[in-house]
Amino acid sequence: MTSRTQTLLWVAQRTSAAVLAICVTLHLATIIYAVQGGLTAAEILARTRGNATWLAFYVLFVLAVAVHAPIGLRAIAIEWLGWRGRSRDVALALFAAVLAWTGMRAAIGVFA
Amino acid sequence: MRVSVWKGVAEGSFREFDVPRQASQTVLDVVTYIQRSLDPTLAYRYACRVGMCGSCAMTVNGVPRWTCRTHVDKVVRNDALQVGPLKNLPVIRDLVTDMREFFDKWARAKGQFKGARTKHDDFQPVKPSSLERVQVDAAIECIGCGVCYAACDVVAWNPDYLGPAALNRAWTLVKDVRDEDKGERLRAVAGDAGCHSCHTHMSCTERCPKHLSPTAGIAGLKREVFKAVVKGEL
Repeated sequence: MTSRTQTLLWVAQRTSAAVLAICVTLHLATIIYAVQGGLTAAEILARTRGNATWLAFYVLFVLAVAVHAPIGLRAIAIEWLGWRGRSRDVALALFAAVLAWTGMRAAIGVFA
Repeated sequence: MRVSVWKGVAEGSFREFDVPRQASQTVLDVVTYIQRSLDPTLAYRYACRVGMCGSCAMTVNGVPRWTCRTHVDKVVRNDALQVGPLKNLPVIRDLVTDMREFFDKWARAKGQFKGARTKHDDFQPVKPSSLERVQVDAAIECIGCGVCYAACDVVAWNPDYLGPAALNRAWTLVKDVRDEDKGERLRAVAGDAGCHSCHTHMSCTERCPKHLSPTAGIAGLKREVFKAVVKGEL
């Protein structure tokens, strides 16, 4: 992997971290606000179903996680396991795909 | 005062000595006393004794320090001291570490100045007030003692990591308007072995005996590398 690619991965991780800072804050604030008087699954779905704004928000959230987590694990793989090279990068690309797929299913699940 | 000193190579043990306390005594004074009066086989390294050469760094009570400028009064605990070799470097014997990898990494970070002028040209002035120069005013004072390298967690976890001193050196050259090798240097310090692996723990900045901030230099390198990528130069 070239220096340029490694630099771009670093940029992607920092950018996704900035997105996550906003998304996590909004997500937690919404939960705390919404459950004040108790909340059921039906009530959650009533708010999210057909709401394109929430769908867009959670799609962005999921994509940021799918970018951020594998790049962070890449550094941990080097530093804790000494795992480098192509096998690590392929495994982490698959992990990113799993995160994106399962996250998207959840986001679409509460929308559709 | 009880002083335990590392004796051996990678395998070894701490050996205890009784050393008389003196006024204004430094840790280097203590080690020198032990070698001259108690154990002539003790291996340690020093040269200038005044904080200029960067030879005498050791681990004192678990912390990397320059021993010639570290007063016993400031570090002694319960009338005891523990002195060992620097961490993150192979031990040659007792308190002497092998600094080759440390300095090889300076070379790998393109730490050599590469100017365009020859001895036939005039001097190229650098204005002391210019931004580039001001940014590295402190960083150029590095004495290469290895304290930051021994203090760095990332060096301990990732042996390929160039380390704070080599990156600090690269930063001074990236900001040197006379240097012609900026592109190659940025390529050398980018990525997994370079500035992007720094976790900003700031142990290097905390421990640097010259009160420099390699962390700030590494952050500067990240900015410069990013600019080079955006411009398509990397």
